[in-house]
Amino acid sequence: MKSLNKLSSLKNLSLKELIYSNEARALFIQVSTVLIIVSLFYVMIQNLNENIEARGIVSGFTFLDGRSGFDILPFLGSYIVKFSPNSTNLEVFYVAIINTFVCAGVGIILSTILGLLIGIARLSTNYLISRLANAYIELFRNIPILLQILFWYNIFLNALPHPKKSISFLDLMFVNNRGFYLPNPIPEEGFVWVFVTFAIGIAAAIYTKRYFKRKQDETGQQTNTIGYSLGLIIVLPIVVFFLLGKPLQFDYAILGKFNLKGGLAVVPEFVALTLALSVYTATYIAEAIRSGIEAVDKGQKEAAAAIGLTPTQSLKLVVLPQALRVAIPPTINQYLNLTKNSSLAAAIGYPELMSAFGGTVLNQVGQAIEILTMVMLVYLVISLAISILLNYVNKKMAIQGR
Amino acid sequence: MPINELQATRNPPKSQIGALLWIKENLFSTWMNGALTALSLYLLYISVPPLLNWLLISANFNFGTVNIFGFSLQFGEEMATNSNCGRNAACWPFIYEKFDMFIYGFYPREELWRPNTVFALTALLFVAVRLTNNLKHKNRILVGLLISYPVVSYILLLGGFGILPTVETYKLGGLMLTLIIAAVGIIISFPIGILLALGRQSELSTVRFFSVMYIEFIRAVPLITILFMASNVLPLFFDAGVTMDKLVRALIAITLFQAAYMAEVVRGGLQAIPKGQYEAADAIGLSYYQKNILIVLPQALKISIPNIVGSSISLFKDTTLVLIIGLMDFLAVVTGAAADKEWLGRHLEGYVFVAMVLWVMLYTMSRYSKKLELRFNTENKN
Repeated sequence: MKSLNKLSSLKNLSLKELIYSNEARALFIQVSTVLIIVSLFYVMIQNLNENIEARGIVSGFTFLDGRSGFDILPFLGSYIVKFSPNSTNLEVFYVAIINTFVCAGVGIILSTILGLLIGIARLSTNYLISRLANAYIELFRNIPILLQILFWYNIFLNALPHPKKSISFLDLMFVNNRGFYLPNPIPEEGFVWVFVTFAIGIAAAIYTKRYFKRKQDETGQQTNTIGYSLGLIIVLPIVVFFLLGKPLQFDYAILGKFNLKGGLAVVPEFVALTLALSVYTATYIAEAIRSGIEAVDKGQKEAAAAIGLTPTQSLKLVVLPQALRVAIPPTINQYLNLTKNSSLAAAIGYPELMSAFGGTVLNQVGQAIEILTMVMLVYLVISLAISILLNYVNKKMAIQGR
Repeated sequence: MPINELQATRNPPKSQIGALLWIKENLFSTWMNGALTALSLYLLYISVPPLLNWLLISANFNFGTVNIFGFSLQFGEEMATNSNCGRNAACWPFIYEKFDMFIYGFYPREELWRPNTVFALTALLFVAVRLTNNLKHKNRILVGLLISYPVVSYILLLGGFGILPTVETYKLGGLMLTLIIAAVGIIISFPIGILLALGRQSELSTVRFFSVMYIEFIRAVPLITILFMASNVLPLFFDAGVTMDKLVRALIAITLFQAAYMAEVVRGGLQAIPKGQYEAADAIGLSYYQKNILIVLPQALKISIPNIVGSSISLFKDTTLVLIIGLMDFLAVVTGAAADKEWLGRHLEGYVFVAMVLWVMLYTMSRYSKKLELRFNTENKN
């Protein structure tokens, strides 16, 4: 309405007034921006259509139903989708997404653990430890991630032994240049109940925690809930597991004539990619943790000691909540970066989104626009989800003003 | 005995001074600390000696006769080959023999003075920027230099215009190409980034909308998808007659990518400026352009310099990705050389070499950005 009023007021102006009127200028600039962008898109799409026709490129998404005709490096994604060369290109897409999430998920967990350790070590009063942590950060953050991925991949291919001379750990786990062979867990009937108890345990632990919090609010009596939580979340499912008669078996890898058979094979591509991503991202997370802890004023700790909190209480109730407020947003940003960087698997052929779908399928089908748009959309959705999470965390952590 | 006779001064106990105290306080202050020290010493023990052994002690340095500035030095009997180099430690003759390849790619060997001149000019440019600091026409000289430098470099590197023999872009490679891509990406993305940042802060809703869409879209997707788009799809958007160089396509992708990040860095600077500055500019009747060019941008850009350097460092690291779309940058040339049958399987030496060179560059740049940050920090506090 407001802009309409402005428009109608423009009618009564002379030409000179029109040129110098801010509203008229704003309108002119906006209209011309839209015109330029729309005409740019128009020309581009026009050219695109001509080129597509001239080169006889098929367009549309029918290729998704076509037979893929190639095999994917067997890993979790292909196991879950039950992939074979007869599967469709759409199934390649699913496999690729699962593999991306597996790599990003493992990478996020590893980089968080490593980043926390290094970040705390960086602030240690122990000279040697803090120097070593600093050396780690400076070394790995100043080498391009792609180089690190290629480096680790090369180490796995060349420095590890042939399958025949696999390094074994108690005959449970084997390592050779074709990958890591772990025992493959095979759940039997009834194993699902262990998961159910686990979920119930978590819910019960949260309830207990709330109950004791309420009790503290009412009576001031404090209770340590860690024992209860551990019991509910870990001990309870284990008890159920044994009561059901251990409904889980392991398929161990066995050294065959040429290669290992059975077990859960973790391909070297995955190990190299995840290792490089974790090691690289951990340097950024460590810096975030460090700046978070350093951001807490010294007076806060002193004040906590002055009102009689123990060092553990001071850490838990005063320092950490303030440190995490500073450290968590950049850490979540690093999770997004790690997920985006997992697309560099294209260089070593771990079958994730960019490598299997944006690479192999693109080469076979040739429909770059459709395929790359799909790939970009997936990353867009991931990034949107992470921004929503970030906003939620920021809102939750914002200092409560009064 | 007189009371005021001087007592001989006693030294402080050994455990309270010097190295011993330092060791006690910094390494073994508590039981836990001692354990951590032991752990880190163990980590150093298992990692450093084998590393030094691979890099230096057992490594092969048989370069044959080496000429340095007219002096000829003898390293071993003759140049080692791949077969007699040994597999358990580094084989540095590989790097030595392929050195020109790693730095210049396939650039014609008889024309190497041209990239070398560009390197020298770049160094001179940095010196010139420092020297002109106190001159009267500082800005004019700087603008002149900044405009002529890319033109001169372009003519030197690629030739043409009847001045120098033409060199095709596919012959550019190695560290030189990495530096070119990074430099072009950083320089061209800078003005685009400023415009996008201003657009994002604009009061005009359509301008703001398009800027936000662009910035957020680019920042949400990995660089490699944009590079793939540029190398596979971009030519389709142009008239069939337009042929597009692979390098140009990569440069477009990198510039568009970096512009979004640059915009966010500049926006940070714009938001850090007190609102009073905008209001004061409005109050004295400056137009939008005057306000931004004379008041807002000079302050905003100054605040964002450390972050601009930081973002440029990231871009420099990301240029290695052009390997995936088939450009022969530093990393790609080295990988290629190690797949060559002459030096088959020397990937590790190559990667370590690239890592060392890039690390030194990136570390220097990151130190520089830290230094800038400190300098600007103290200025703001006064």
